[in-house]
Amino acid sequence: MSTPALATRALDKNFASLVVARGIEISLPKGARHALIGPNGAGKTTLINLITGMVRPDGGQILLDGDDITGLEPAARVKRGLVRTFQINTLFPNLSALEAVTLAVCERRGEAGTWWRSLPTYNAAIEEAYGILATLMLAADCERPTRQLAYGQQRLLEIALALAARPKVLLLDEPAAGVPKDESGELFKAVAGISSDITVLFIEHDMELVFRFATRIIVMVSGAILVEGTPAEIAANQRVRDVYLGQAHHG
Amino acid sequence: MSVTAAPAIGTFNPRDLLRAQVKWRHLETLFWLATLLPFLVAPSYLVLGSQIAIAALFALSLDLIVGYSGLVSLGHAAFFGFGAYTAGLLAKAGWGEPITGLMAAAIAAMVLGYLTSFIIVRISHFALIMVTLGLCLLLYEVANKAHWLTGGDDGLQGVRMWPLLDMFRFDLYGRTAYAYSLVVLFGSFLILRRLINSPFGLSLRGIRENARRMPAIGSPSSNRIRTVYIISGTFAGIAGGLLAQTTEFVALDALSFQRSAEILVMLVLGGAGRLYGGLVGALIFIVARDQLADMNPQYWYFWLGLLLIAVIVFLPNGILGGCARLLARWRRRA
Repeated sequence: MSTPALATRALDKNFASLVVARGIEISLPKGARHALIGPNGAGKTTLINLITGMVRPDGGQILLDGDDITGLEPAARVKRGLVRTFQINTLFPNLSALEAVTLAVCERRGEAGTWWRSLPTYNAAIEEAYGILATLMLAADCERPTRQLAYGQQRLLEIALALAARPKVLLLDEPAAGVPKDESGELFKAVAGISSDITVLFIEHDMELVFRFATRIIVMVSGAILVEGTPAEIAANQRVRDVYLGQAHHG
Repeated sequence: MSVTAAPAIGTFNPRDLLRAQVKWRHLETLFWLATLLPFLVAPSYLVLGSQIAIAALFALSLDLIVGYSGLVSLGHAAFFGFGAYTAGLLAKAGWGEPITGLMAAAIAAMVLGYLTSFIIVRISHFALIMVTLGLCLLLYEVANKAHWLTGGDDGLQGVRMWPLLDMFRFDLYGRTAYAYSLVVLFGSFLILRRLINSPFGLSLRGIRENARRMPAIGSPSSNRIRTVYIISGTFAGIAGGLLAQTTEFVALDALSFQRSAEILVMLVLGGAGRLYGGLVGALIFIVARDQLADMNPQYWYFWLGLLLIAVIVFLPNGILGGCARLLARWRRRA
């Protein structure tokens, strides 16, 4: 078996007496499309925070392409190709979409520390940024400040910023969060368009979308993994049904 | 490539969209030409002009931190005073050559910036205000205590400058002082303008707009913050050095809290994060102080307070921000 693109081993995290991660073991093969589901407060976003280094685990290991990255700073993980998006828009309100994505491209190329050259001379970086925006249908509005973009466009910009880092592993925290149900399919078309070289783990509550886009599903409950399997297996799993349908009759 | 190729772009080049922002405008040429006017129309105000140029450079340096990176400092006079004492002491010790003296002031402030930057990157918001203020107070008292070296609150006497470039003596009318300050201001401005329009400048704006996102796009933002803090300190040190050299004196208040607060007021009045905000703010502040203090010395702060409140309430982006809004409205109508 080849090395998984991303794996965690016995990841633990407590906030005081609250257990938010308990012995989390996941393994994503290269090019995977895994969904992470679970009721509110199950610890899904915390898991992404742990994997990306925004929260430090109490114990356990995170392996990116077989390398232990548990001790690396968040920015260093991004440099190695582990990139995330945010459930709540975490954008640059007064930068234009083009500026924001150009910034992310410059960071990846190691050029964002240069202060003696004018930005417009970075032709390749700007064209790459524009190209990313064009594939996400943002080219026409790329000059407008982010805060003026429609909410759905801002969700796409979240993905554009992540793609600018040329991820190997992409963690999408509810890419369609807050988008009306009839438009969330549109957003997931952008997710479906992501190159198959990129390994994707996404959190999503809409089961229809999960079953359409995920090849495997990981179910989390109270900081631990309940079960992992193919969509068909998860759909048939009694314990998952209990958690989702049976909170009333105590699962 | 992780994305499919961009659609055919044709003659359109996306970099033109970014070029518009960095283009040198006619208004800028006009502004800098206007700085030469005092030589012709107001020769008796050249001393004041030199004070304005120095404050403008000081405010410009603060704008890097406050306006562009979205950090706060209430102790920027630490660098200003440190540069002033460095240049002043060097001249007093017998080396009165202005340009190398100014370089010494810059290097001294840079070293101070480097040393304090280790603390600065660990904190933010309110704590940052307090720590920058603390550093400034600390230096003030050190300078106050070291009477043998700095003259304490009598100020540093006996600073004698050699003629600039061996040709221009620092005269009583401030002709040399103004020309010198203006050239240094303009040179510094060109460097900082380039910096703001560079990828580094963009990353500073990124930190200001959303510090939380920066690590997620792979940006080592604390390195960036340290760098800009050191650069900002360096230029504040140059401004301080200029003051010491052009006035041949260093007052203890170069390091004072009041100096730090005033420069922040000038920047906010003019408009932070707009490059010219500090320059315009310094001009308005110092001219207003000069005029109002002539009329009514005791009440100068009353008028300043009124002006500050009016600007903050009605022009939250400063005087330049207000002008930009008016201009945009006028263009839309035209």
